[in-house]
Amino acid sequence: MAAVHDDHAHGHGHGHEHGHDDHAHGPPKGMMRWLTTTNHKDIGTMYLWFSFSMFIVGGLMAFGIRAELFQPGMQLMTPEFFNSLTTNHGLIMVFGAIMPAFVGFANWQVPMMIGAPDMAFARMNNWSFWLLPPAALLLVAAFFVPGGAGAGGWTFYPPLSVQMGMGMDMMIFAVHILGASSIMGSINIITTILNMRAPGMTLMKMPLFVWTWLITAYLLVLVMPVLAGTVTMLLTDRHFGTNFFNAAGGGDPIMFQHIFWFFGHPEVYIMILPAFGIVSEILPTFSRKPLFGYSSMVYATASIAILSCVVWAHHMFTVGMPVTAQLFFMYATMLIAVPTGVKVFNWTATMWQGSMSFETPMLFAIGFIFLFTIGGFSGVVCAVVPVDIQVQETYYVIAHFHYVLVSGSLFALFGGVYYWLPKWTGHMYDESLGKLHFWMSMVFFNVTFFVQHFLGLAGMPRRVPDYALQFADFNMISSIGAFGFGLSQLIFLAAVVKCIRGGKKAEAKPWEGATTLEWDLPSPAPYHSWVTPPVVK
Amino acid sequence: MSVVQANTTMMKKLLIVSVAMFGFGFALIPLYEKICEVAGVNNLLNADTLTGNVQVDTSRWLTVELDANTRGLPWQFKPMQASVRIHPGELVEVMYEVRNNSDREVAGQAIPSYSPQLLAQHLKKLECFCFTRQVLKPNEVRQMPVQFMIEPSLPDDVRVMTISYTFFELSNDLVDTGGKAKPI
Repeated sequence: MAAVHDDHAHGHGHGHEHGHDDHAHGPPKGMMRWLTTTNHKDIGTMYLWFSFSMFIVGGLMAFGIRAELFQPGMQLMTPEFFNSLTTNHGLIMVFGAIMPAFVGFANWQVPMMIGAPDMAFARMNNWSFWLLPPAALLLVAAFFVPGGAGAGGWTFYPPLSVQMGMGMDMMIFAVHILGASSIMGSINIITTILNMRAPGMTLMKMPLFVWTWLITAYLLVLVMPVLAGTVTMLLTDRHFGTNFFNAAGGGDPIMFQHIFWFFGHPEVYIMILPAFGIVSEILPTFSRKPLFGYSSMVYATASIAILSCVVWAHHMFTVGMPVTAQLFFMYATMLIAVPTGVKVFNWTATMWQGSMSFETPMLFAIGFIFLFTIGGFSGVVCAVVPVDIQVQETYYVIAHFHYVLVSGSLFALFGGVYYWLPKWTGHMYDESLGKLHFWMSMVFFNVTFFVQHFLGLAGMPRRVPDYALQFADFNMISSIGAFGFGLSQLIFLAAVVKCIRGGKKAEAKPWEGATTLEWDLPSPAPYHSWVTPPVVK
Repeated sequence: MSVVQANTTMMKKLLIVSVAMFGFGFALIPLYEKICEVAGVNNLLNADTLTGNVQVDTSRWLTVELDANTRGLPWQFKPMQASVRIHPGELVEVMYEVRNNSDREVAGQAIPSYSPQLLAQHLKKLECFCFTRQVLKPNEVRQMPVQFMIEPSLPDDVRVMTISYTFFELSNDLVDTGGKAKPI
C-alpha cells in the first residue's frame, strides 16, 4: 500500500505549527497530561499500561490458585478465598487485561493505519479509559469487604450470585462500568474507521488489523448491552425483589445462562478477532509477502462474528435442553471451524515460500498459530455433545480456553507489542530479551496447560481447591509451569522498559517487509500524526 | 456533510443500537418463555397423561421424601406425611396442607423441584396443586393432593428421592412460570 502525502507530516511532527495553532503545542507536563489527554497515542499508552498492571494482578491470583493446587490437601487458603481467586482471575484477565489491551492497540494503531489524525471522539476516548481504574478498584477492593470478593465463578451464575455478600454487588458495578467503557470505545473505533479513513483507502484496502477491530467493535456494541442488562437483572434480583433467576420465585436460573452466554460467546471472539488482526499484520511483514487471501480473511472474520452469535448454548449442554437444540448448537459450533480453518490456511500460505526471518514478533505469531490451532481443535472436541457432557466443568475446558486466550490472544498481544514498539518508542527493543521472553513463555505455557488436558480427561473438576490423589503429579507439573510462565513475564516488562529508555534508534520502517501506513511516519510516531491525510493509491 | 457531523450521526446511530440491545436483553425473557412453551420444555403447569398399561414393579421399593417451602408469603405449608414408601409403577396420592396465616387474601404458585435431577424424566404427575395458582382467604386452611407415579424405567440405583415444592406469592392474576395454566 503506497501512500503519497504531504512532506511535513512525514519528517517533522511540528511542521504544521503555523497552520493550526491550537494543535501546535506538545503535551502538557506531569500528571495533567495523562488525566486530560485526548491524544489517541497517550490514551493507547494508558490502556496498555493499565492492562499490563491488571495482567500482573490477575497473574498474582493465578499464582495463588496454582500454589494451593501444587499439592493435594488444603495448605494456603480457605476454599472461599480460593473461589474468589478463580472468579476474579477470570474476570480481571478478560475485562481488565485482554480487552483493554486490544483497545490500547486500536487507539495507537487504527488512526495511524488508516491515515486519520486522531480518534473520532477524542474526549469520549479519554472518558472510556478513565472509567477503567475505578472498575478495577471495585474488583480488587471487593476482597476486603465482609464476605469477600465474588466467588461464584467469573460467569456469576445464579443462585450463587444472588446469594453472595456485597463483594458481588461491587463485581456487578464493576462489570457495568467496564461495559460502558467498552461500548464507548467501540462506538469511537467504528466511527473512526468508517468516517476518517484517508482518501483512497477503501474498506477493502484497510489493513486486516483495522478490519478485525471494525468487526469486533460491532460485536461489542451488540452484546455488551446484553451483559449490562443481565447484571442489572442480577442486581434487582438481589436487592429489589424481582425474581428473574430465582426458581423459588417463578424465575429460572437456566435462563441466566442463556442470556449470559448470548453475550459470553461473542465475547470470546471479541478477545480473539483483534489477535487475528495483529497476526495478519506480523506474518506478511516477516514473510516478505503480501497476506495470502486478503478478502477471504475479511469474509472469514465476518462469518466468525455472525456465527458466534448463534452458538452460545454449547457452554451449557448439560443443563437439560432438547436434543434438537443440542444438535443445532453442536453443528453451528463446528461450523465456526470452517472460517477459522480458512484463516489458519491463509496464514500458513502466507509463510509458504516466503523469505522468512524470525524476529520476536514473528516468533509470537508462529507460536500463536501453532498453539491457537491446538486450542481450536480442543474446541471442536468440546463441541461434540456427548464428549462435552463428559468434560463439562473439568480441567479439559480450562486447558482449552487457556490455549485460545493465553497462547491465542495474549501471544498475539505480545507479538504486536514487539512489532510496534519501535514505532511507539523510537527505539529497537532488545532482540535477545524478546526471544528469551518468547521461548520461556512458550515452554512454560505448555508445561502449565498441556497437562491440564489429561487432568480434565481423567475427571478433575475445575474450581476446586483440593483434589483426589491421582491428580497430584500433573497438578504439580502444571503449578511449576505456571510459576515459570508468570516469572517469564518479568522479562517482557524488562524488555519494554529497556526499549522505552533507549536502545538502537529505530528507523521509520524498521521491518523491511512492512507495508502499512504507520511505517510511513517517523519513529517514534509524532504526537500528532497524519494531520494532512495521506493519499492511498 | 463535514466529518464532525458525520461522526455525530454515526455516534447517535450506534448509541441507539446499544440501547436497543440493552432492551433486547430483557426481551429475551418473554422470548425464552415462549420458546420453552413451544418446545414443551419446562412445562410445569401441565398434567402428565398415562399412556398404556404400566406394570407395577413390586420387587422394588422406593422412598419418596416430601418437602415444602414458602418464599416471601405468609403461609404455613407442609406435607401431611414426611415420606412415602412406594413401588415403581404404582399410582400414589399424597396430601399437602397450606394455611394462610395473614388476614388478607393471598395468591400463591408452587414450583416443584426434584432430587435427584433425573427423577423429573420418570415422574408422571396426574394431578398437582402446583398446576394452578392457589388463592387462600384470610386464615384459610386447605389440603391439596398430588397424584403421581414413578415409572419403572427409573434406574435401579435410585432408591431415595425428594419431591419439593416452594410457594411464592403471585401478584393478582400473574402466572409467569411458562406454559398455560389449565384449571383441572
